Amino acid sequence: MSTPSAEPKPRMRFPVLVLMNLLPRTWRAGGREGMIENRPLLTIFTHVILLIGVAIIALPVYVTFVASTLGPDEVLRAPMSLIPGSHMIENYAKVLGEGASSNVTTAPVGRMMLNSLVTALVIAFGKIIISLLSAFAIVYFRFRFRTLAFWLIFVTLMLPVEVRILPTYKVVSDLGMLDTYAGLTVPLIASATATFLFRQFFLTIPDELAEAARIDGAGPLRFFWDVVVPLSRPNIAALFVILFIYGWNQYLWPLLITTDESMYTTVIGIKRMIAGGEQATEWNLVMATAMLAMLPPALVVLLMQRWFVKGLVDAEK
Amino acid sequence: MEKRARFESRWLPYALIAPQLVITLVFFFLPASQALYQSLLVQDAFGTNTQFVWFENFQDLFRNEDYLSSFKTTAIFSLLVAALGLSISLVLAVLADRVIRGANVYKTLLIWPYAVAPAIAAVLWLFLFNPTLGIIAHWLKGLGVPWNPLLDGTDALIMVVIAAVWKQISYNFLFFLAGLQSIPKSLIEAAAIDGAGPVKRFLTIVFPLLSPTTFFLLVVNIVYAFFDTFGIIDAATSGGPAKATEILVYKVYADGFKGLDLGGSAAQSVVLMIIVVALTVVQFRYVERKVQY
Repeated sequence: MSTPSAEPKPRMRFPVLVLMNLLPRTWRAGGREGMIENRPLLTIFTHVILLIGVAIIALPVYVTFVASTLGPDEVLRAPMSLIPGSHMIENYAKVLGEGASSNVTTAPVGRMMLNSLVTALVIAFGKIIISLLSAFAIVYFRFRFRTLAFWLIFVTLMLPVEVRILPTYKVVSDLGMLDTYAGLTVPLIASATATFLFRQFFLTIPDELAEAARIDGAGPLRFFWDVVVPLSRPNIAALFVILFIYGWNQYLWPLLITTDESMYTTVIGIKRMIAGGEQATEWNLVMATAMLAMLPPALVVLLMQRWFVKGLVDAEK
Repeated sequence: MEKRARFESRWLPYALIAPQLVITLVFFFLPASQALYQSLLVQDAFGTNTQFVWFENFQDLFRNEDYLSSFKTTAIFSLLVAALGLSISLVLAVLADRVIRGANVYKTLLIWPYAVAPAIAAVLWLFLFNPTLGIIAHWLKGLGVPWNPLLDGTDALIMVVIAAVWKQISYNFLFFLAGLQSIPKSLIEAAAIDGAGPVKRFLTIVFPLLSPTTFFLLVVNIVYAFFDTFGIIDAATSGGPAKATEILVYKVYADGFKGLDLGGSAAQSVVLMIIVVALTVVQFRYVERKVQY
């Protein structure tokens, strides 16, 4: 056996070096690879500007949070306090259970959150499922009208709801789908973006896999379920994040087709709450509702950040 | 690109593609063709009397002062949103790229506004800018700046631009940061050895190499300002005061859904469709070039 710890560790002889190790890496010369030269002032300046940017971005949400914890009189006192008040639980319980604003009747926000959740989940999974199926058909089969089908799907990229508001409303109303979950979701479920994304991905799956499956006697649906879907999982996760946010945040469409307040989504509910006019708006309750409306999609972004970034980049390819 | 390995089936591919196609035909092509047809008709408010008038609706549209001023509003709004959104996020991305070690923390702190619905963003800023209780309105008053977005058109436009930019910064920031991180460090080191300072390196190397990202984001931001800001306008100002924030998308909705001018609204829809097609073509031609680059 050699003497394992006979030698003192070299750095113990240089206490200043040890101290320097406690400093943030970026403050030390050559702290990170790629940092071209060491300019401590520039680095401090960089952090200061970034922190100001972060603070400005966060300001509206912070003020909203504070407003949602104030009593009805405190929120109307100009200037409003910037320190959270003591009515938080009371306000949130009230909007979730009873709804807000005495001047306009709205459903409890709990109900609206449920509507938003159903809408977002049906849109996200609906888009993913029908796009997986149609991309599989386009890539793994040769059939008549294949190119035509491809182009029909492609052209929908150029027809956002915003440019065909009235006729789409008429179609949905003729089908008796106003004020229903089907009406809120089905017209938004077609997706050119998701179809292309899956098509691009399927083209990269090695042909050998499909051949092997065929030799083993697996039919196309078996191959789809056992090979294609599991391989697509990262793409599905990434798309899910983007599409969940898309569904949760829908505005124009639910605004058009929901008149029954029990079918309002949270985003629409807020719009209805502030529609009652300047004096009557109970801002503390509106702001509590706004916090509740932001929470689920923000959580999805923060918790699934890696998939979120992948989804954004993929969707724009 | 085509697959060698394929499956054979007479009916399966049609069954697989049917759900997507049925929804596309019923909810996209049917309404879009109705909009096209409707744009050539004049109908009275009760739908009893309909006349085919060719392009009269379009001629009326481009003679209409309100419509032309809405075009102008949209142009100013989109340019401001794109210019401000791009420059602020570029600055933040360049700075975050400098501090690689903290970059991920800043990234997390900057990307979440993407998750906020446009209409909610509008309500947040409406509250901050509210002339009687808003904090920012109060600060402005302290500085002696007259401020009332409920009465003054310019103030209202500034408010919706800020709300729209605030929401889009996260998206631009992510793409700029990714673009910056893909620039080879050796190029920048070489310039530094030749004595170029940070500002000169940015102007002569980084910014030109970033131009594909910038151009892509420019198109995306203009599309965003044209179409996705409907919720911001509706929740914050409803197009007012005195139509000062009535962008084209909002006008289609206001004229068709509230004003019940079916032919005029349909003609506006068709004009918007042409704009979308043009923007999409620009975007795709650019994507082709990016592949070669």
